[in-house]
Amino acid sequence: MRGHLLSIDDLDRPGIERILDRARSFAEVSGREIKKVPALKGRTVVNLFYEASTRTSSSFELAAKRLSADVVSVRSVGSSVEKGESLKDTVQTLSAYDPAAIVIRAPFAGAAAQVAGWTAASVVNAGDGKHEHPTQALLDVFTLRQRLGSLDGLAVWIVGDLAHSRVARSNIIAFRRMGARVTVCGPPTLIPRQIEALGCERQTTLARLAEADVVYVLRMQHERMREAYVPSLREYAQRYQINLERLREGQLLMHPGPVNRGVELSGAAIDCAASLIGEQVKAGVAVRMAVLYELLVGTPALQAVA
Amino acid sequence: MSGDKLFHRSALPAEILVRQAHVLDPRAGIDAPRDVLIRGGVIAELGEPGTTRPPSGAAVIEAAGKHLFPAFVDPHVHLRTPGQEYKETIATGTAAAAAGGFCQLIAMPNTAPTVDQVSVLEALRAKARVEAVVPTGFLAAITVGLAGEELTEMAALADAGALGFTDDGRPVASAGMLRKALQYQRLAGGVVALHEEDPALSADGVMHEGAISARLGVAGIPSISESTMVGRDGGLARYEDARVHFQHLSCVESVEALEFWRDTGAPVSGEVTPHHLTLTEEELLSLDANLKMNPPLRAESDRQALVDALRRGVIECVATDHAPHARHEKEVPFEQAPMGTTGLETAFAALYTQLVRPGVLQLPVLVERMTAGGALYGLALPRVAIGEQANVVLVDLDRDWRVGEGGYRSRSHNCCFHGRSLRGTVELTLAAGGVAHAGAGIRTTMLEEVS
Repeated sequence: MRGHLLSIDDLDRPGIERILDRARSFAEVSGREIKKVPALKGRTVVNLFYEASTRTSSSFELAAKRLSADVVSVRSVGSSVEKGESLKDTVQTLSAYDPAAIVIRAPFAGAAAQVAGWTAASVVNAGDGKHEHPTQALLDVFTLRQRLGSLDGLAVWIVGDLAHSRVARSNIIAFRRMGARVTVCGPPTLIPRQIEALGCERQTTLARLAEADVVYVLRMQHERMREAYVPSLREYAQRYQINLERLREGQLLMHPGPVNRGVELSGAAIDCAASLIGEQVKAGVAVRMAVLYELLVGTPALQAVA
Repeated sequence: MSGDKLFHRSALPAEILVRQAHVLDPRAGIDAPRDVLIRGGVIAELGEPGTTRPPSGAAVIEAAGKHLFPAFVDPHVHLRTPGQEYKETIATGTAAAAAGGFCQLIAMPNTAPTVDQVSVLEALRAKARVEAVVPTGFLAAITVGLAGEELTEMAALADAGALGFTDDGRPVASAGMLRKALQYQRLAGGVVALHEEDPALSADGVMHEGAISARLGVAGIPSISESTMVGRDGGLARYEDARVHFQHLSCVESVEALEFWRDTGAPVSGEVTPHHLTLTEEELLSLDANLKMNPPLRAESDRQALVDALRRGVIECVATDHAPHARHEKEVPFEQAPMGTTGLETAFAALYTQLVRPGVLQLPVLVERMTAGGALYGLALPRVAIGEQANVVLVDLDRDWRVGEGGYRSRSHNCCFHGRSLRGTVELTLAAGGVAHAGAGIRTTMLEEVS
């Protein structure tokens, strides 16, 4: 059965838990001196990245290699994509190599789902526009489970630019599915109308931040200021920056990276004991190994897309 | 006056007896079974069912159980000619219209080049005289190149046959520019039709701004992008006493603005598409590019307001905004795909299936609204009456079909209803007295009669 991971919505809670349980055993592999298992020996994984990415692309590549897969990485720069080849043609060309999986990052919502319709490979969404980033959500849930055991009853605040964040959308869904309550907080210009339809609460100030058990901070992109979503990064930082003065004892701090130091997070906060940012990055490889394993080897928790 | 404003290729005047069809023409006051005899392309007799003997040489169509209406009029189609014939030609677009039961079309000027000068319009007229299966009229651009900066030679274009003016596909963003057009319209005549959208509010939006765009993380087009412009331009229309028509209205706030200005006596009117009357933003969760159009599919409350406005006559006609795009253009990620859906072949069946069958809209009201779109541009209404040129459509209201299963007459296949099961098939369309479309069964009958 051919499965895909296109949206975090494809997974129910037991499905998420099974992947994360497997990720825990892969995390142990990462602790060994020889960090390889033969699970995908002889199979090919294509990483197709239409956007700059450090964390996601390197961790997918490492994950596939640690499962002993052959890995082909294609980036839009220097490829025929740059010459104007359509996504469909590129995918069909790469599919001729009969890959077991295609990992795709594209700047457009729904691109991964579209790719799934054009190839016989399993497709993993590594970020499609501002829509979703399901493996980021999985590794964030993994990180919190490692620290806390469970997310049930947890209060999570997601702070920052909700409008342009695929991470926010996948994480709201994943955190809620695992039993957490989610509040989103940011400037009114950067919170989409009717975001509450995702099952979260909306705040426009940090006044009640103390209610949060986990503060999940989003990246504030400089170009948003040019587009006049906020008057200045200085004012943004005054109102929304998470720093040690605003964090209370016992709160955990997360960020998907890359961080703008001094904008959405103070430098001191990044490096404080409450910060899980380093653990998030570490979780990336193990969780992506578990996703590839689940799709290509294990009993699929992911339903084949009709 | 419609004679010199609509253009089509010559067709043999029909000689047909349609026997025992249920004739429904709300304007003519007919809602009963009749034998409809068409001789020389003109409705010659409307006899009691089963009483009319066919004259020699006439094809006989047994139509018991089927319905005959005045054929539909579409005041808003994109025939993509000149310049984008890979999407649609006048031949394929009008064939699609005939298959959908239409007898008159009005084509938009956002072609390449745009219809902003007399020579382009004249070339189009000549082409329509050769290719158009259904009589087709043309709107000309309000501003040169639809750029919103200088007026076209509106008076000359009107003399050359333009039914009115529009920059459709784009708004006239500047109120000052639109005011000049409305003033100049006194000289040129015709209707000024407006695609209402505030570019600053739409920005880079690709679907309705609401719960679904929030879920999908794509930029939204707020309903106020349209309605604030309807509000602005209703005011201009009243101030200048200028005939203004609002195209493809999509939201409750626009209905409110239209009704407000209409109630002041401003000479304004509105149209609505079958897709805005039957589909909502919920469909967009699939990110199917065939569902991407401008204005976008909106919320259920908007859809209901549009249906209600059509029922009450606040919006007076249905228009398809038939907007063909080639397969390779739509086969890209949703945010990159061009806006537009085809609609001519599905308009009646979609509205009959989604609104009439559930009892939301009465059938006579639907027939009235689907035939009213030409009158606002000064075209004669199609009527089922003795002595009238035959502009009629015969439909089977009991037959189901799946959209796209038999292909499309349109050159493009980007239909928002693709794959859906609809009820109601067009069996025969007569336009300007000639057979424009005949379904498979009827074609056989007619060939037998001739042989």
